[in-house]
Amino acid sequence: METEGIYDVQAIRAQFPILSRKVKGKDLVYLDNAATAQKPLSVIDALVHYYSHYNANIHRGLHTLADEATAAYEASRVAVKEFVGASSPDEIIFTKGTTDSINLVAYSWGKSFLQEGDEIIISSLEHHANIVPWQMIAAEKKAILRVIPISDDGILDMEAFKSMLGPKTKFVSVVHVSNALGIINPVEEIIRLAHQHNAVVLIDGAQSSVHLDIDVQTLGCDFYAFSGHKIYGPTGVGVLYGRRDLLESMPPYQGGGEMIKEVRFEYTTYNELPFKFEAGTPNIADVIALKAGIDFIKSIGKHAIRKHEEQLLEYATAKLKDIAGLRIIGDVKNKVSVISFVIDGVHPQDLAILLDNQGIAVRTGHHCTQPLMHRLGIVGTTRASFAAYNTLDEVELLIQALNKSLKMLL
Amino acid sequence: MNNHRTIKNIEQELIDDFSLFETWEEKYEYLIDLGKKLAPLDPAFKTEEYKIKGCQSSVWIHSFAKDGFVYFEGDSDAIIVRGLVGLMITVMNGQPAKEIVEAPLEFINTIGLSSHLAQTRSNGLRAMIKQMKMDAGAWQVNAENKTVE
Repeated sequence: METEGIYDVQAIRAQFPILSRKVKGKDLVYLDNAATAQKPLSVIDALVHYYSHYNANIHRGLHTLADEATAAYEASRVAVKEFVGASSPDEIIFTKGTTDSINLVAYSWGKSFLQEGDEIIISSLEHHANIVPWQMIAAEKKAILRVIPISDDGILDMEAFKSMLGPKTKFVSVVHVSNALGIINPVEEIIRLAHQHNAVVLIDGAQSSVHLDIDVQTLGCDFYAFSGHKIYGPTGVGVLYGRRDLLESMPPYQGGGEMIKEVRFEYTTYNELPFKFEAGTPNIADVIALKAGIDFIKSIGKHAIRKHEEQLLEYATAKLKDIAGLRIIGDVKNKVSVISFVIDGVHPQDLAILLDNQGIAVRTGHHCTQPLMHRLGIVGTTRASFAAYNTLDEVELLIQALNKSLKMLL
Repeated sequence: MNNHRTIKNIEQELIDDFSLFETWEEKYEYLIDLGKKLAPLDPAFKTEEYKIKGCQSSVWIHSFAKDGFVYFEGDSDAIIVRGLVGLMITVMNGQPAKEIVEAPLEFINTIGLSSHLAQTRSNGLRAMIKQMKMDAGAWQVNAENKTVE
């Protein structure tokens, strides 16, 4: 399907206006893609075009602008449906982001189906967004939150997971790719095992959606959540894929306009999927521009991007290992282009400040995974994460800047 | 008391020192050096009680008062922040409580470090200053109460 041509990274870079800016007098080297990806001109243009040409509220207006806006909004839903391999656009709910999607499920599904003593399983690698909503609903329902342990390398202990599963297991919510370490979890197996115990499974796809080929039907997950801004789309829009029968069995998350069929003061009947879960005027502009982000990925092909990013990861990993006292956290084979490391005697914050002065944007700290950092016995890491537009030269600049920073610090 | 340097005096000296630095490297090397030279804080004060929680690094500040002047000691697990602790101690150590409470500390904006260091979330410099001023305020109230007695 994808042509194996030459990967023209300069042509890709040319599509991203921000990449030509300077930071503190130096060329920006943006290596914080796991936090958010930069936006191609097509995404920025889609936003401008919407507001300049057909801004209107969707679904009920009978005028031309409303028609055009509705068509573009629903076209985005179809694009997302194809992007994740859902069987119908009705299974695609637009949310604010991954966090919002997980909260929707925890609240709506949890409120209806969790009972005292039921168990929810998450993993040690989870982002706070896939911990806190479950803690909240577990506390409310007197359910029990259980955590799959990991090895010192960050690999999930699948034997421990198997032993946790049982008749009490009602829900399993795990991250597909660790945002802090880049490790790819064996979610197919997790889903298969959980389903043997009739547990419902949510996959946090915040990191995997941009790097891996996602087909929710092949994966077999019941829910899949991700954010638009990490797949080159705008901020403020996210997706919840949910299996139709499950979504239909769940009560609405929020009440208001859009989500109703009929409202009387005595009663209200709810709209059908997916509108039941999209109360109020949605984030029309960003949803529409999300399609441009997906189209950008399709125009290069995930496979080609992945091959390019793997090259960057491999090169960076080898170069980083040459630095004395540096230890890569989660140095395993099966990972995406995220590289997290610590250096003896160096606080990540010091490193981030000095790297920023050299135009290099990386992420440092706990990456919103405090329990994971605690488990690994570190305060945080420095994380470089690569995207379609990064180059080997940029990896080289990172290494040079790191060496210079270390000279200053040690 | 004639050789007492006010907060304003010390701020001006720092502004003069920093104006000699031509590159960002020199500024940060100065801070790193300051961080390395800062006397270590007694572990008895490296506790939650004295901790100022920033987003990424920990800062501890301990203060005491003597003859109406307030003295500070502090530490951080990050060396640049440790340098900042040292910088703030240089400015505020041994000053009258009232002066500390009222100091606008404008030098931070002038020495050209503020852009990434002043943000509350990244390092808690603002939180650090707030804590030092609160400490000074507490010593001030303490002293006034004693006068009343």
